[in-house]
Amino acid sequence: MRSSWETVIGLEIHSQLATRSKIFSGASTAYGAEPNTQACLVDLGYPGVLPVLNEEVVHMATMFGLAINATVARRSVFARKNYFYPDLPKGYQISQFELPIVEHGELFITDAEGREKRIGITRAHLEEDAGKSIHEGLDQYSGIDLNRAGTPLLEIVSEPDLSSAKEAVAYMRRIHTLVRYLGISDGNMQEGSFRCDANVSVRPLGQETLGTRTEIKNLNSFRFVEKAINFEIERQIEHLEDGGEVVQETRLYDSEKNETRPMRSKEEANDYRYFPDPDLLPVEISVEYIESVRQQLPELPAAKQHRFVDEYGLRPDDADLLTGSRALADFFETAAAATQAKAQLVANWVIGDLLGALNRDGLDIGDSKVSAIDLAGLLTRIHDNTISGKIAKQVFEAMWDGAGTADAVIEAKGLQQITDSSAIEAVVDDVITANPGQVAEYKAGKSKLIGFFVGQVMQATKGQANPAQVNRILRDKLGG
Amino acid sequence: MSGAAKEMHAQSMSELAAGLDRGDFTSVELTKSLLKRIAALDEKLNAFITVTGDAALEAAARADKARAAGDVGTLNGLPIVHKDIFCTRGVKTSCGSKMLDNFISPYDATVVERLADAGAVVLGKSNMDEFAMGSSNETSYFGPVRNPWDLARSPGGSSGGSAAAVAARLAPAATGTDTGGSIRQPAALTGTVGIKPTYGRVSRYGMIAFASSLDQAGVITRTAEDAARLLGVMAGFDERDSTSIDRPVPDYLGALSESIKGLRVGIVRQHFDAGLEEACGGRVKDAIAVLESLGATTVEVDLPNLDLSVPTYYVVAPAECSSNLSRFDGVRFGHRAENAEDLLDLYCRSRGEGFGDEVKRRIMTGTYVLSAGYYDAYYLKAQQVRQLIADDFEQAFADVDVIAGPTTPAPAFRLGDKVDDPITMYLNDIYTIGANLAGLPAMSIPCGFVDELPVGLHLVGAHFAEATLLRTSHQYQKATDWHTACPGDFR
Repeated sequence: MRSSWETVIGLEIHSQLATRSKIFSGASTAYGAEPNTQACLVDLGYPGVLPVLNEEVVHMATMFGLAINATVARRSVFARKNYFYPDLPKGYQISQFELPIVEHGELFITDAEGREKRIGITRAHLEEDAGKSIHEGLDQYSGIDLNRAGTPLLEIVSEPDLSSAKEAVAYMRRIHTLVRYLGISDGNMQEGSFRCDANVSVRPLGQETLGTRTEIKNLNSFRFVEKAINFEIERQIEHLEDGGEVVQETRLYDSEKNETRPMRSKEEANDYRYFPDPDLLPVEISVEYIESVRQQLPELPAAKQHRFVDEYGLRPDDADLLTGSRALADFFETAAAATQAKAQLVANWVIGDLLGALNRDGLDIGDSKVSAIDLAGLLTRIHDNTISGKIAKQVFEAMWDGAGTADAVIEAKGLQQITDSSAIEAVVDDVITANPGQVAEYKAGKSKLIGFFVGQVMQATKGQANPAQVNRILRDKLGG
Repeated sequence: MSGAAKEMHAQSMSELAAGLDRGDFTSVELTKSLLKRIAALDEKLNAFITVTGDAALEAAARADKARAAGDVGTLNGLPIVHKDIFCTRGVKTSCGSKMLDNFISPYDATVVERLADAGAVVLGKSNMDEFAMGSSNETSYFGPVRNPWDLARSPGGSSGGSAAAVAARLAPAATGTDTGGSIRQPAALTGTVGIKPTYGRVSRYGMIAFASSLDQAGVITRTAEDAARLLGVMAGFDERDSTSIDRPVPDYLGALSESIKGLRVGIVRQHFDAGLEEACGGRVKDAIAVLESLGATTVEVDLPNLDLSVPTYYVVAPAECSSNLSRFDGVRFGHRAENAEDLLDLYCRSRGEGFGDEVKRRIMTGTYVLSAGYYDAYYLKAQQVRQLIADDFEQAFADVDVIAGPTTPAPAFRLGDKVDDPITMYLNDIYTIGANLAGLPAMSIPCGFVDELPVGLHLVGAHFAEATLLRTSHQYQKATDWHTACPGDFR
């Protein structure tokens, strides 16, 4: 970005809540069913039907509010947002407007200089999702699938505290991690369970008033968020530098062309005529309720990260990575507790080999083919010198392929490290005898050749000799 | 039939219940006789949109069988009519509109379900103002209903079909809904009993919404006793309606026999101002004198903001209706315009063709008062005034048990008289609207005639004081016989 401009970004994140039934009806929220098979009369907006609030969403929103250090409203109100669209059966969306359930929260991200930066969260409110229109394969018709109509959403609105696309992504990741920690959303971005709208504006450096903003709708991957915002920043600056003005409008990001463009004006409604929904009572919750939810809160990502640094002595960036999901953090802690090996070694293995294998096979941590306890067993064998780190990688691959525990693999393949000095000495003697030329060179001062000798010994022992011992014995015998 | 015994259609629901108990007739016989009457007489009235003869006879046969087996439900085998605003499974539920002329409901409203479970036999669905918006039944897509007391006059609205059917002895009772007076005003104009319970007392589930914060289901009958019998079945918490109230339902029938000695009756000075026709006021004052003769005392009470109730109502109700009626968009059910060019055309023409003028007027008014820049001045202000009106009532009920007054400013008006003058039409509800705004129970009972047209006495109670209203009405009806009067053409 050009240095004379400053960017201001705010995000509205829509996180689908992981309830089993919809926010105002008993229909299932499961993804992927045949169109309109998970829409009851309430979801279809039939004459005479009424919404009834699913209390679980209040619990989830309360958890979220407490986790971002926000005010959880003792009284919040559902309001109707009125507009016509075929995927909106009632002609209004039930949302929260003047009195949302969560206000004045905050979250911390790490900025480009590595400093902690506070991002204010204006509000988080509950609302129902709409259905979706289907155009493919229906000739000149449009189809409506109302399975998603009435799915509960938490809309999380940030302050315009983000100053770059990278910060926006960092913030969105933090929220993503948090909602999954709390177990209130599966965060599945492919299925649209977690998506955001980005409000972007630019202003000359030092100017106090905000520039005119545009809103980029429906971004459903971290990569798209970053690319769409960066495109939009460039577009606005270019436009302003050419003497133009930014038009306040809603834009869509086209990932294939990597550009944003205005939505057709028909898709925008200007006046939603919000008013309190007379079919629903205000949501009133007690201080006792809020406190009981607070008691049930799990350890949050930021706290866990700090603890991993303090308690396990991990590097901060490793701690950050390991606390990226509760399942991964739990995996690490389970493994660390089950071995004498250093925690940093455990961390290295989880982040390196384990995540590598998971990525390669496209698996989640929950589907890992090596359990935390089995990984700990492997690391214990490194720790007690039964095998070297290099052999351990071989053992790990075998375990991944279903060959059993580390001990079973080591036993079956005879991979125990040779620590018997006399056995190593015999091999060293053979190597010295077989390479008189190199011995002479070494003795003449070419000390680098020690590596050659170690390699020869390791090769002869199929890597099982203890490398430190091999080194020591070689130096003794060569008299270097 | 011998001279002493009343014909079946002339009997109240309680009398019919006793007749069924004694075996004087079966539910099938009763149902057949009423269906025959409807077939013969309803063309004069247009009180029905749908007559469900076959289903009624089946239900009656089931009721007779159950009775023979010893199961005597509260309403077992007793006929009723449902206002066409209540969803009835497998039966057209039109709400008086072209928009829903083709709508067969896939489910039963809670009210319908509860009455059916108690054994009631549904004769059909009654005519009404379109989407319950009207005070004369002239806004119905299915044509106006005529008043049995004078076929040139309106039976009132919006539950005009229900009121006319009960007044003309086509059915002993009918359900209704009341958003600003839609049960009580037609009851007054047809000489029947109509009760609108406390907001939240009866479930709104399956009742097509007009103004959600004001709508309440109730009944139209010929006696307070019948109203008590039906309300006892309809009332009570429903988990499908968040605004229904979880509170035990008292024994309304059991409470009827208590005397009203010591009952404090509030008289509102403003009720007898210039707006009220003098002769009507006279009948109402006579009725209050009867209550006094039964041991009640009168107390003058003040409702200083009463004159604001009509304008307040005509902001709140249209606002809610403009949103409630958005679902009628031609996409999933109801009227859909043919050959729409695009989505906007589909919306505009489906709604333009499907809704009548009064409904459109209210949707436009409601859309306007909710619009950005007008919300505070209209909707918010109206909600504040609504609170003032509710406070006035609450203060009044600190001193009195019921408030008594006229139900309407005048008896039934001629069809066509007010249809082009919405403001005058709206003023017909001036005495009834307050109870809706404050969520209070209220009822109208016949209290005499002016020029051979019935006049209604309006009683309003404190929240959940339905039993007091029913008892007061029952005691009044024991002392008078206005409720037994039958329009000449329908004896």
